[in-house]
Amino acid sequence: MSIKKLLYVNRKAPYGTVYALESLEVVLIGAAFEQDVTLLFMDDGVFQLAKGQNTTAIDNKNFSPTYMALGDYEVNKIYVDQQSLDERGLSLDDLQHLVWEDEDEDYAEKDSIIIVDRAQIADLMEENDVVLSF
Amino acid sequence: MLHIINKSPFEKNSLMSCFACAKEGSAILLIEDGVYGVIANSSIAADIKAAMAKNSIYALSADVNARGIADKVMDGITLIDYNGFVDLTCDHEKLQSWL
Repeated sequence: MSIKKLLYVNRKAPYGTVYALESLEVVLIGAAFEQDVTLLFMDDGVFQLAKGQNTTAIDNKNFSPTYMALGDYEVNKIYVDQQSLDERGLSLDDLQHLVWEDEDEDYAEKDSIIIVDRAQIADLMEENDVVLSF
Repeated sequence: MLHIINKSPFEKNSLMSCFACAKEGSAILLIEDGVYGVIANSSIAADIKAAMAKNSIYALSADVNARGIADKVMDGITLIDYNGFVDLTCDHEKLQSWL
């Protein structure tokens, strides 16, 4: 079976609905099956990556630390929409610092998050084989 | 009247409709994804500020903390805990939960 290029489009905030958590679980499963995985966070989806989440008072599991593990599953193409950040008063510094280790460069630590604009998002959607929407 | 908003203002127009329909002096409480409305410097911050002139705006701190935006809350929003939530509902004869 050939490796498919999968794009996961995440557009929901993390706790109000179950989409964010479901997406993360499917991404990790897909990565385990050696699919070529790309993540895109736009609209309220950018809130999924916000750092400093503390859910102790709402009785929900804080799954945000799991995003830090994506690099270990070779999920290292994580795109974030600049306009969505701007609209929400956020910047890259407000997001968790996601990294991966490049084994071709002596396991050098590299940033996973790439900030993109809407034109680049349009290209992303075209160049992947399958788009999964959450 | 106490208005309760639980949807993100960036995804649903519940908060804007509430602002349009809330009488002066009514209280507006943001819970769940509604708390994303508290963020300073967002594209809707001006609308929130305008609403503050006639309505008191509250946000549930548990939901603010869960979402990692506690350090971005704009001035003029009153953060409350669950006990404060109960007090607000008791202090108002009527409440409307916008969906």
